[in-house]
Amino acid sequence: MTLDARQIDSLLDDMTDRLRELLTSTGKTDPLIIGIHTGGYWIAKKIQQRLGLSVLLGELNIAFYRDDFSRIGMHPHVAPSQLPFNVEDRHIILVDDVLHSGRTIRAAMNEIFDFGRPASITLVVLIERTGHELPIKADIVGKSLGLKSDEHAKLLGPEPLALEIKKAE
Amino acid sequence: MKIQITNGRIIDPANGLDLIGSVYIEDGVILSVGKAVAGFKPQHLIDATDQWVCPGLIDLSARFGDHAQQGLASIASESIAAASAGVTTVCCPPDTSPVIDTPAVVELINQRAARSGKTRIFTIGALTHGLAGDRLAEMYSLQQAGCVAVSNANRPVASNEILRRAFEYAASTNLTVFIQAEDHTLRNQGVINEGAFSTRLGLPPIPETAETVAVSTALLLAEQTGVRAHFCRLSTARAVNMIARAKQSGLPVTADVDICHLYLTEQDVDGYNVNCHLSPPLRRLEDQQALIQGLIDGTIDAVVSDHYPLSEDAKVAPFNLTRPGASTIEMLLPLMLDMVTRKQLSTLQALEKVTSNPARILDQNLGSLGVGCLADLIVIDPNQSWTVNRQNLRSAGKNTPFDGWELMGKITHTLLKGQTVYPALE
Amino acid sequence: MTGNNHIQLDSNGRLKHFLTTEGLSRQLLVEILDNAESFAGVAHRAVKKVPLLRGKTIVNLFFEPSTRTSTTFDLAANRLSADVVNVNLATSSTSKGESLLDTLHTLEAMHTDMFVVRHSSSGAAHFIAGHVAPHVSVINAGDGQHAHPTQAMLDMFTIRRHKRSFETLTVAIVGDIMHSRVARSDIHALKTLGVNDVRVVGPKTLMPADIESLGVRVFDNLDNALQQVDVIIMLRLQKERMLSASIPSESEYFRRYGLTQTRLRLAKPDAIVMHPGPINRGIEIESSVADSNQSVILQQVSHGIAIRMAVMAMTLGSLSGSLAKNDENPDN
Repeated sequence: MTLDARQIDSLLDDMTDRLRELLTSTGKTDPLIIGIHTGGYWIAKKIQQRLGLSVLLGELNIAFYRDDFSRIGMHPHVAPSQLPFNVEDRHIILVDDVLHSGRTIRAAMNEIFDFGRPASITLVVLIERTGHELPIKADIVGKSLGLKSDEHAKLLGPEPLALEIKKAE
Repeated sequence: MKIQITNGRIIDPANGLDLIGSVYIEDGVILSVGKAVAGFKPQHLIDATDQWVCPGLIDLSARFGDHAQQGLASIASESIAAASAGVTTVCCPPDTSPVIDTPAVVELINQRAARSGKTRIFTIGALTHGLAGDRLAEMYSLQQAGCVAVSNANRPVASNEILRRAFEYAASTNLTVFIQAEDHTLRNQGVINEGAFSTRLGLPPIPETAETVAVSTALLLAEQTGVRAHFCRLSTARAVNMIARAKQSGLPVTADVDICHLYLTEQDVDGYNVNCHLSPPLRRLEDQQALIQGLIDGTIDAVVSDHYPLSEDAKVAPFNLTRPGASTIEMLLPLMLDMVTRKQLSTLQALEKVTSNPARILDQNLGSLGVGCLADLIVIDPNQSWTVNRQNLRSAGKNTPFDGWELMGKITHTLLKGQTVYPALE
Repeated sequence: MTGNNHIQLDSNGRLKHFLTTEGLSRQLLVEILDNAESFAGVAHRAVKKVPLLRGKTIVNLFFEPSTRTSTTFDLAANRLSADVVNVNLATSSTSKGESLLDTLHTLEAMHTDMFVVRHSSSGAAHFIAGHVAPHVSVINAGDGQHAHPTQAMLDMFTIRRHKRSFETLTVAIVGDIMHSRVARSDIHALKTLGVNDVRVVGPKTLMPADIESLGVRVFDNLDNALQQVDVIIMLRLQKERMLSASIPSESEYFRRYGLTQTRLRLAKPDAIVMHPGPINRGIEIESSVADSNQSVILQQVSHGIAIRMAVMAMTLGSLSGSLAKNDENPDN
């Protein structure tokens, strides 16, 4: 099964609506949006366009915060994180493409805290799939998928966006 | 004791012999070569079919460990290695501990050699007291005690004035001076040949002139004093050239080269190979070629092992902190035979460099299968190949640069004065 | 030509030890520079630290005194969240081979993951890399007159930040080439990165034999050597050279090889001036040049931390089980 650009667009419209609602109801004004390199950043960009460009966008590369360094080593060519703003005391919208084990989100939150102490973090993901390993849940989910452990959800992009489900080789 | 070695290829450079036949030995002396002796009833018969029968090797430089300490290598351990390698006579340089500068030290070494009985050890006495280079050693007394030559080994002599006097005194005592030509100021702290390799590896370099300046000085002083000079372990093409010219002009000089310099160059030091840390250092390819050419044309008279067994500790360190030297005595003969295989030398030529020529330099009636000569001889299987494995060396020194080399030629018998010293069980 | 790679690289071609810049591929050198670029950003955060090497133990094993180099290695390891132990053996007498190995094994028994080694003997880092346990990495922080690869890479990093491409550059390395491990490592790195015209400048007494074999041009006249140069790397002159017969006096050295404003004008107008430090003002370099806007000497120091972070992360990363996948987020 796959999702094409049109299907993703409608998910994004719906997610943005719910996000706007959530921000208003919880009084989180003037948020910053941070996408996780690379798929999360594509999604974050789309959400930023829908929220309005006054919301600043940053890109987080969690390579230096991964918990599996001692198993797989350095990633070649790590692009540095680009946060062109101060996160101190700000409301952060953290965006990723797929929430799976939760380890990436843990690493991302650790990294954000090394830039400063945010007022809050709201987690937005396009896909939430089965296989959580940490007590991390998204605040806004585009679509929930029940996948087997040997199935892999991958976002292709940036233009056009498409989601692909593959069996691991 | 009567011994007959039958049906071997008898190769004797001293007498220009190369024939198939028997060697007859009685009471440690050669009775006949090739010609049958009427009524000879051998108590011991050695069948040398398809093997070579040659004089035992004479190695002008091999160190058998420090005599003062119970170190790793000893006369006992290294004599066994020498006998297994077909070396029946070795010369021990004076820079051992203690330095060979008194008759008592000569006596000590002679006693230990006699106890071992596996190989003949000649001592080379010190040229200056304690090899310190500032006053003459008691050369006459050393000669009386049995030293066959004098040398200052690789230690500096304080001045050319002292070197001149030492040469004069040695000449008047009829002692040959063994010269390890090295200018210590030019050597400085150097550990490898100066050139692209020393530059890349960042190791302190030894220039060619460290050797040539010293050879030049020694040649001029030898000429002036009339001493018999033997140049040890030449390493550079230029030095070979200088010796060739000196010989042409009629000076009584001789020279040797060590087996490592015939097979290795500075390139082998790459990767900080401590087993190629030698003194003099391994030089350029051109130098190696010139040394081989010097052997071919006779400029270089002899090949030595320059055997120097060292403990692991002496070699387990960054390159410049290791001690120079290599364990080589067991590779000497196979590598000489390899030069024959490569058609660099004839069989007679290769063998004379390690038998009759060193005997002539030492002025000893050895290294020959002539009738009446001492029966120091070896039987070689020239077709037996073996692979050098440092752990299996008989020498206590495992510091060989030839580990893993495949060599041809194995000793099957070594006789010293008619006594079988290898193999050990008879 | 070189036997370096079989000891520096693991079976996957990744950097296991960093001993010399010689023989490494251009791709690998660029990878070090790219990774350093990522790590350089860490210094600008509220918390100047990433958790990459948390739980790893790094021993700075210095047999030769050097505040500057050991400090930047220390800082680099700290910014990667590793635990660092500084062992300074410069003053003790344990520089002999046997005890060097004993020292090493003692420290290794304390579950060390990496040794950063500085030693006065060329080849010391190779020696140590050849004797450590398989899970331990070694970084050469300077061995005798042989190599100082992290200094060379921070020099390359500094050059890349200021110049567009390596291929078109002309680089002059000035001073005591003979005794300089920095010069050797710089030359190998520059040549591998594609610099065609590398010039070495100094008196014959400070020029090692056959240096041309490394692909450089030799000059004994600084004025000639500076013509059209993009990068000038000045080397430190050790005081002991005066005591040997290498140079007559400091003032004569400065007159002949000192970098002055006047001389700097011979180079390209946008030429940068580098120095591994610490500088001897008035001997190698005029104060006004060292402090000019063409001088990038202080930038070199801060780049040193990023380079050392990159090399530490790469070598310790190489020791992990499987090959790093190119996949960006294999585990969401």
